[in-house]
Amino acid sequence: MKLRSKLTSIAIGIGAASLALSAAMDPAAAAGTGYVFVSNERSNDISVLDGTTYQIIKSIPTSRRPRDMQFNADKTMLYVACGDDDVIDVIDVATLEVVDQIPTGPSPEMFEFNGDFSLIYVSNEENSTAQVIDVAQKLIVHEIPTGAEPEGVMVSEDGLTLYVTSEIADMVHFVDTELGVVVDNVVVGTRPRRFAMLDNELWVTDELSGQVSIIDRTNHVVTHTLEFLPPGFRPVDVTPVGIAWTEDQSTVIVTLGRANHVAFVNAATKEIEDYVLVGSRAWGVDLNGDESVLFVSNGLSDDLSIIDMATRQNIRSVPVGRIPHTVLVDD
Amino acid sequence: MGRTLRLLALVAGSLLLAPGLALSQPAPATPGAAPAAPAAPARPAPPPAQSVPIGYIELLGDLRYELMGSYANIDFRDIGRPFEGAEVAIAEAQQTGRFMNLNFTMEKFEGTTVEEMVAQIDTWIAADTHFVLVDLPADMLVELADAVAGKPVSLFNVSAQDDSLRAENCRANVFHTMPSYAMYEDALAQYLSTKNWRDILVLQGPLPADELISQAFQRSAQKFGLRISEVEPFVITNDPRYRDQTNVALLTAGKRFDVVFVADAGRELARFVPYQTTQPNLVVGSAGLTPLNWHWTWESDAAAQLQHRYEELALPRQMNDVSFAAWSAVRAITTASIRTRSGGFDEIQDYLTNPDNDFDSVKGNPQSFRPWDNQMRTPILLATANSVIARAPFDEFLHEFNVLDTLGVDQPETACRMTR
Repeated sequence: MKLRSKLTSIAIGIGAASLALSAAMDPAAAAGTGYVFVSNERSNDISVLDGTTYQIIKSIPTSRRPRDMQFNADKTMLYVACGDDDVIDVIDVATLEVVDQIPTGPSPEMFEFNGDFSLIYVSNEENSTAQVIDVAQKLIVHEIPTGAEPEGVMVSEDGLTLYVTSEIADMVHFVDTELGVVVDNVVVGTRPRRFAMLDNELWVTDELSGQVSIIDRTNHVVTHTLEFLPPGFRPVDVTPVGIAWTEDQSTVIVTLGRANHVAFVNAATKEIEDYVLVGSRAWGVDLNGDESVLFVSNGLSDDLSIIDMATRQNIRSVPVGRIPHTVLVDD
Repeated sequence: MGRTLRLLALVAGSLLLAPGLALSQPAPATPGAAPAAPAAPARPAPPPAQSVPIGYIELLGDLRYELMGSYANIDFRDIGRPFEGAEVAIAEAQQTGRFMNLNFTMEKFEGTTVEEMVAQIDTWIAADTHFVLVDLPADMLVELADAVAGKPVSLFNVSAQDDSLRAENCRANVFHTMPSYAMYEDALAQYLSTKNWRDILVLQGPLPADELISQAFQRSAQKFGLRISEVEPFVITNDPRYRDQTNVALLTAGKRFDVVFVADAGRELARFVPYQTTQPNLVVGSAGLTPLNWHWTWESDAAAQLQHRYEELALPRQMNDVSFAAWSAVRAITTASIRTRSGGFDEIQDYLTNPDNDFDSVKGNPQSFRPWDNQMRTPILLATANSVIARAPFDEFLHEFNVLDTLGVDQPETACRMTR
């Protein structure tokens, strides 16, 4: 399950509807395929793992340099931003094949759908813009200038505000989605990468300063700065990038890049509760549907770490393609 | 004699944005802007746009960049000057500055004498330019620094590697974003040590810079446990009486060593050393595996995007070590300005010299200035013609405070005595 707050209501709706059926039907089918998708930047493919056995059941060839992935509303289609071919590939989850492509600007990296899945917001790291793409027409309908190397994108629950990080400007842009312009900027740590969105808080991973900046979404100010330092590491090795959170918003999980750990943070107290060892340069992170298992993609050890959420132990690692970027679970 | 070239902000704007977009960029943070979610409160009016001009000085006809050693006008060295690296960083800062009401500009002055450079700096100071990149040889740099000492201006050395500039000739008003020879040779010595290739033959050219490089390497060898069997001078001549100093096979025959280190700033002899040795030895230094501040093939740590921005501006050139030093200087100055939301000399200077602050290196570890000699700490790349083989410092060499201080002269050893 990809932890996007705007999906929560949909997910609950689907969950409630399927609850009655699930006793009679295969629960896995009701919850989705259970597949774990991993995009591999250098081998230009998506590794598809069985969600129970963690065996790779298929490798889907994509356009070059697949990175961020998102599902459509009913999770029948998987969208993959392919940075070296300037497209978003569309994969049919039933057949596990690329069935369509959406052209983008140069080097798409991270993207998000709006609330009704009619628009895609995508950052183009080589072009210093965030683009708005009409999904049905497959057209770039608007382009928003940002600081250099925009990366993380996130849309507010009401769809009115788009948050974009600029890695070079060290800031988070607040974009009014109706006007299509930047209306405010918040300076955070060095090289801000990705977002978590909890109630009124926007959590931003700061890769170079080894921090997470927490922004008050009402007042547009940084209220907390979390510093990470797993035992035995130097601050310079700690490069937070990926971030995920539990649906009850109690726990936030941050991947620490070259420090080869993920951090578990108590979202209420902001206390760092645990560091769990994973593979090399951990970036991508996602939870399965019942939040019993955490998946972490390790870009420099070409594998996926699987963590038991109850014990917070790394229980397994599975080799995938070259330079795994994003992991996404279909639950 | 000197002339100035004003760089237009438009150049940078059109570099990075599609046509038309630069003009449609809205003003940031309008009070009472359309409601965002959660509803944005009424925000204070943005401060008026503040100009942050940066100066750039280079020596006309600088011999270091002449086609030294070229034959038939075919050049075999990358001799590109640093300037375009600074331009790329200005363009990046302009993009960020638009959101902060800071307007970064750069003005270049090309001169031949220290006097006219001092006059230009005085003009700049009067116009609120307090930070100046300088692409000068070491002796002129020191002369210029002394002439402007006490004035509200800091100089950024983007090309001179002389260790003396970080030691007895250090100056409080000079920052160094180009690594010293000591940093380069420490990086190489660390690598040779991790490989246990410890027996070294040094070939040293006739130029004063060759001697500085050779001496730096000899100090690095001692620091990291390498053994130098001999230091052999070489000359470039066809005179048969000097055959034992010109012929690589003769220079390397009858000696036991793992690696040849070549100290040849002009690179004319160095390029003929690989494959010409008597034994199958590796070659490092001015040929073979070379320590560099930057290499055009480096693509990790978000370097690919910087390479692309540089190539868009400077093709057919690709980014080299001095260009990266200039990029680093502007990046540090503009980051300090953005972080302090100020163009003031004191604010930026305080930010740069605060030991808690660091800057993006695009090479992994963040860069920062050493308080004891104003040298920027930075990782060093060890590269062949078309590949970065390794990045120093190496895990085998630890440091109490910052592993980057295993490269170059550390605080306890510094001979720099400066007072701000």
